[in-house]
Amino acid sequence: MITDHLVILPILVPMFAALLQLLVWGEQPQVYRRAIGLGASVLTLALAIWLVIAVQDEVLVYALGGWQAPFGIVLVADKLSALMVALTAVLALPVLIYACHGEDNLGSHFQALFQFQILGIMGAFLTGDLFNLFVFFEILLISSYALLMHGGGKAKLRATLHYVVLNLTGSALFLISLGVLYGITGTLNMADMAGKIALLEGDDASIARAGGMLLFVVFGLKAALLPLYFWLPQAYANTTGTVAALFAIMTKVGVYAILRVFTMIFGADAGEAAMLAHDWLWWLGLFSILLGALGVLGSRDIRLVIAYLVLISVGTILTTLSLGHPDAIAAALYYLVHSTLVTGALFLLVDLIAEQRGKTASRIVKGRKMAQHNMLGGMFFIAAITVIGIPPLSGFVGKLFILEAARTGAQVALLWPLILGATFLMIVALSRAGSRMFWHTLDGKPNDVTHPKWQHAAVILLLTGALALTVFANVMFDYTSAIATQLSQPSDYIFSVLPQGGQHE
Amino acid sequence: MEILYAITVGTLTACSVFLILRGRSFPIVIGLTMLSYAVNLFLFSTGRLVINELPIIGTSEATTDPLPQALVLTAIVIGFAMTAYSIILAVRVRGEIGSDEVNDYNYAEQEGQR
Repeated sequence: MITDHLVILPILVPMFAALLQLLVWGEQPQVYRRAIGLGASVLTLALAIWLVIAVQDEVLVYALGGWQAPFGIVLVADKLSALMVALTAVLALPVLIYACHGEDNLGSHFQALFQFQILGIMGAFLTGDLFNLFVFFEILLISSYALLMHGGGKAKLRATLHYVVLNLTGSALFLISLGVLYGITGTLNMADMAGKIALLEGDDASIARAGGMLLFVVFGLKAALLPLYFWLPQAYANTTGTVAALFAIMTKVGVYAILRVFTMIFGADAGEAAMLAHDWLWWLGLFSILLGALGVLGSRDIRLVIAYLVLISVGTILTTLSLGHPDAIAAALYYLVHSTLVTGALFLLVDLIAEQRGKTASRIVKGRKMAQHNMLGGMFFIAAITVIGIPPLSGFVGKLFILEAARTGAQVALLWPLILGATFLMIVALSRAGSRMFWHTLDGKPNDVTHPKWQHAAVILLLTGALALTVFANVMFDYTSAIATQLSQPSDYIFSVLPQGGQHE
Repeated sequence: MEILYAITVGTLTACSVFLILRGRSFPIVIGLTMLSYAVNLFLFSTGRLVINELPIIGTSEATTDPLPQALVLTAIVIGFAMTAYSIILAVRVRGEIGSDEVNDYNYAEQEGQR
């Protein structure tokens, strides 16, 4: 029986956990809330792994309330959704373990907000309905507004104000584009819409393209694609480490939405609206890499450096996606998993470093020695070579796949120099940051701030994930290739959701 | 009717864009509220404008589409919560930073001083 409802469980578990956490729990509520949160995250992880296994052979469709598509809202789990759900769960558990050692006491209801955030992210990955996607986006945004402020302070307030205003405008654009698409196609179900868009001609097709491009702007804002990335560095650099680490998956929600909508609804089979965004993705992605690399080099604060690394990874993923063929999509997805885990680890690690350094915090300047100097230094070294893409860890493997995916001369001529050049600038910036903070320390006694083993364990868990990606690179690439194959044949998805293939009229 | 409706939505959107581009948080919040009005009206019209008809097929010649009405209801609820949040946020920013300027011109000096 549970198998029938498997698709909705990754959404329900965080929701009920959050509701439980909001109850009054007596004298020491945080103990119970942490227990509930950790329990829920472990359970979500188990469910996510089960989901990945369950979607190996079929696309799971869950009609909410028993109302069949396209009239009711459906949740759909194909291989891509399952991968993203699993990635979210894998990232969330170590981040929560880290947060349970003090950071969740900085403001009220961190634990519940964390679970609501997971709820929104899971929902966005699983829904098969565009308006439902908007609703889940709003859920994850509302929690992220509150989480971004977690801990308070002037810099956070200002960054949050920018973030909120931008995203509210983005939500309005999202609604406008949904209205345009609904007005033209008369449906909001993604599978159904894919069939309807393909049949449009002339003026109707132009309106649908306008709606599609509006959606692209909205998803580009979420994914922090140039020129809509300006909110990202400030927001990520000013918030607490746990929140930033959790937000490593947030830009990927935008990437997922772009991938889903622009391969299925506006993909190769979409008639006059076919391949709507691919040219834009290519150029904007390339410039995102370039600006991200310059940002990494120009930042004087290690948190800002990592925020720009997120930008580079988004640019790399989207540029690779725009190449369009299955190998490129598989490479981009592999890189997506790698970059989410490693940026999550880096944000947590930098939080540890900043606290142990005391007054100099995360600025890249000479400072006092840290209490757990060698431990943190070792982890920073491993995380840095992973994120840069130096052999032998997963960043290198991911970049290799991406470089191989560029086929024609023009693609090679633009993609290779940019990715390799960005890699070089990342080496310069991170080795400068690392040597300033770990080698050029002031003489004298080290700081006495230390952190419990569990917080180190959280970082190590995430880094182990990146290590596992290297060891099992072949398995992983096979899986992402299977996803890419499934994405390149949207008819499988469409027939699973609509048994008549959209010909219900 | 369509033209009047389109002009209304367009005017609201234009005013909201102007307000959102201001540099202070109060006009921006007003602009966001106006934008959500414009969007709600626009969503409402996506089911085509029909007057005095039931959303039930078969009872009369023309029918109105109930789905956009449901969408607008959802959008209103979400938009309302968002407006409330952004007002509180704007007030907090005004209180803690002492200015409702959205951009901080002294940022470079404060970098890393967290």
